[in-house]
Amino acid sequence: MEQPVLKVSGLETHFFTDDGEIPAVDSVDFHVNKGEVLGIVGESGSGKSVTSLSIMQLISAPGKVVGGEISYKGENLLSKSEKEMRKIRGNEIGMIFQEPMTSLNPVFKIGNQLVEGIRIHKKWNKKDSWAHAIKFLKLVGLPRAEELMNEYPHQLSGGMRQRVMIAMAMACEPDVLIADEPTTALDVTIQAQILELMKKLNDDTDTSIIMITHDLGVVAEMCDRIVVMYSGKIVEQGTTKEIFESPKHPYTIGLIESVPDVRTRKERLYSIPGNVPKPGSIKTGCHFAPRCKFAFDKCTEVTPELIDAGNGQMARCWLHEDKEKATLLERVES
Amino acid sequence: MQEALLEVKQLKKHFPIEGGVLKQQVGTVKAVDGVSFKLHKGETFGLVGESGCGKSTTGRMLMRLLEPSEGEVIFNGENILSLNKSKMRNLRKDIQMVFQDPFASLNPRHTVEKIIEEPLIVHGLGNKAERKKRVKELLDIVGLSPYHARRYPHQFSGGQRQRIGIARALAVNPKLIIADEPVSALDVSIQAQVLNLLEDLQKELGLTYLFIAHDLGVVRHISDRVGVMYLGRVVEMADSEKLYLEPKHPYTQALLSAVPVPDPEYGKDRVILSGDVPSPAKPPSGCPFHTRCPKAMDVCSTVVPEFREIEQGHYTACHLYEEDQV
Ligand SMILES: Nc1ncnc2c1ncn2[C@@H]1O[C@H](COP(=O)(O)OP(=O)(O)OP(=O)(O)O)[C@@H](O)[C@H]1O
Ligand SMILES: Nc1ncnc2c1ncn2[C@@H]1O[C@H](COP(=O)(O)OP(=O)(O)O)[C@@H](O)[C@H]1O
Ligand code: SF4
Ligand code: SF4
Ligand SMILES: [Mg+2]
Ligand SMILES: [Mg+2]
Repeated sequence: MEQPVLKVSGLETHFFTDDGEIPAVDSVDFHVNKGEVLGIVGESGSGKSVTSLSIMQLISAPGKVVGGEISYKGENLLSKSEKEMRKIRGNEIGMIFQEPMTSLNPVFKIGNQLVEGIRIHKKWNKKDSWAHAIKFLKLVGLPRAEELMNEYPHQLSGGMRQRVMIAMAMACEPDVLIADEPTTALDVTIQAQILELMKKLNDDTDTSIIMITHDLGVVAEMCDRIVVMYSGKIVEQGTTKEIFESPKHPYTIGLIESVPDVRTRKERLYSIPGNVPKPGSIKTGCHFAPRCKFAFDKCTEVTPELIDAGNGQMARCWLHEDKEKATLLERVES
Repeated sequence: MQEALLEVKQLKKHFPIEGGVLKQQVGTVKAVDGVSFKLHKGETFGLVGESGCGKSTTGRMLMRLLEPSEGEVIFNGENILSLNKSKMRNLRKDIQMVFQDPFASLNPRHTVEKIIEEPLIVHGLGNKAERKKRVKELLDIVGLSPYHARRYPHQFSGGQRQRIGIARALAVNPKLIIADEPVSALDVSIQAQVLNLLEDLQKELGLTYLFIAHDLGVVRHISDRVGVMYLGRVVEMADSEKLYLEPKHPYTQALLSAVPVPDPEYGKDRVILSGDVPSPAKPPSGCPFHTRCPKAMDVCSTVVPEFREIEQGHYTACHLYEEDQV
């Protein structure tokens, strides 16, 4: 049996705004095993970043984790103090943020920031830490690594800052690395370098990776298993192979069909009608119902739970309550 | 031979880099450095390349939002760079632009009606009632409802805002639309809606598109022909299918192989390029790609490869395809 390193159960993170309480993350459950790469995919606003910030306990007002458990190596992170969390962040659970400036301090030189992290987490001396830092700057494909150590974040382009942050997270060799859209802002040729590097880290050190992205190509390439989020909830989960071969939730099917592929040209792109709803705006029933071409009466009346859809997949869709109805989905795919 | 609506010849834009207390010129950014292509009537020409390669600068020069440093832009037989102000204003009716950021490109204090109506007023088209009618028509064309006219941009989603931007561009019945990353800020499901809309409008209205984007899948989907840019130059140009199936230039080959494919079963021989795109202020000598090219030869670091037609309609700038090499 595979051992989960990190397990999230019933996570609820809400924002208390003037417009009311927004359930940005609504009863989310998933785990990542040792050495596994788990993908979290979903469109903008689906709750991916809030989920990862909740794990790191970096949610600030007006947001709050209001329920659930995050168990890391058997201990609940939600009951740890800020001091204890500081030891875990970076060292045991590393994070690459969507916004590079969240983890780079503008007043310190790149080198000092990298070396400080490495010294704290690896308990090495300054000289070894310095060499280790340069090694990782080179690994993420940055030119002039030695010189960069003496420069400030603002002297670098956005793409370079992103790579410094990736180097910083990887240099500490954490057990779990949470990467929130690590390559979205980068060009594809640089993205290819970084993804290669993350795979290598995963292979060599058995680091578990949670890869958050909206790019289905990145997921297909990197991940063993996938969690699909929509409007604060997980709507489907399964292995990468199964989900791409036979997606079980109408949203996942639509998403896969909507992507233009570099390998072939589709006559016309499939497009999901309507817009992504704000979390909490749909109170009863399935959150996807207003855009779903399979919706039937029950869908708008009762909110579905994750239902076993076969192949080890789980889908939050009423069609899977009834074998007859579930076959409707198969016809769309082919 | 198809008719060219627009022809660009040896277009260049060099920005001065100023430095020191005296603001002297200390260098030049060769943002666009000798770009030539034609847009045929009714086609979509895609311009791809990594960030900073000069795509937007090229697009902006075609509308003279930026003055070119050198070169010619011939629209409907006339060199637009020699037009005076009033003639240029007329021309702006024929060429419209759609931008990447639907949030930044719409005035937040104006209603949608006012935003779409504005180009009509600028060009003195129609009276008030006619303009209102035209706005309703345009909203319908882009798939929005008449009641949306009274609303403000912040009340719309990203995809809807991009529809507003498209409606505004269509208001004056342009012939050519320059779309600079029009779907890059949108979610996949919304991106597909907007791409389909652009395709439908092209069919109905006979529009010509210059479609600028960095997403190679999107460009393949929408384009009839494609130009690939690197460091201010077009390094390869061909029919879309041809370019994607038989890329010739080593940069195009690497770029295509770098795109992650949404299929876990797809095995792939990837060309991983090392290093970064060099700065356009200090472009390498010879072939600008030689510092990263896996196939570079001695000649590449000294001699600039000529942009030549190597097969019918397929152009590239690479020494590998020069006669004495083959
Ligand atoms: N500080 C905040 N105040 C109020 N609502 C917030 C705040 N931060 C996030 N939210 C809301 O929480 C929801 C989830 O946001 P989140 O950042 O997790 O999305 P995401 O899936 O990471 O999207 P993206 O792909 O755009 O990064 C959104 O509806 C967002 O508007
Ligand atoms: N106003 C300007 N002054 C100086 N350099 C500029 C200016 N505008 C663009 N550049 C530079 O020109 C190059 C091409 O930019 P751009 O056309 O925006 O690229 P793309 O759209 O392909 O990402 C970049 O190196 C950019 O930094
Ligand atoms: S539960 Fe109903 S509305 Fe929701 S995805 Fe399934 S079929 Fe569609
Ligand atoms: S000219 Fe030389 S360096 Fe340039 S792309 Fe061709 S082989 Fe590579
Ligand atoms: Mg996010
Ligand atoms: Mg641009």
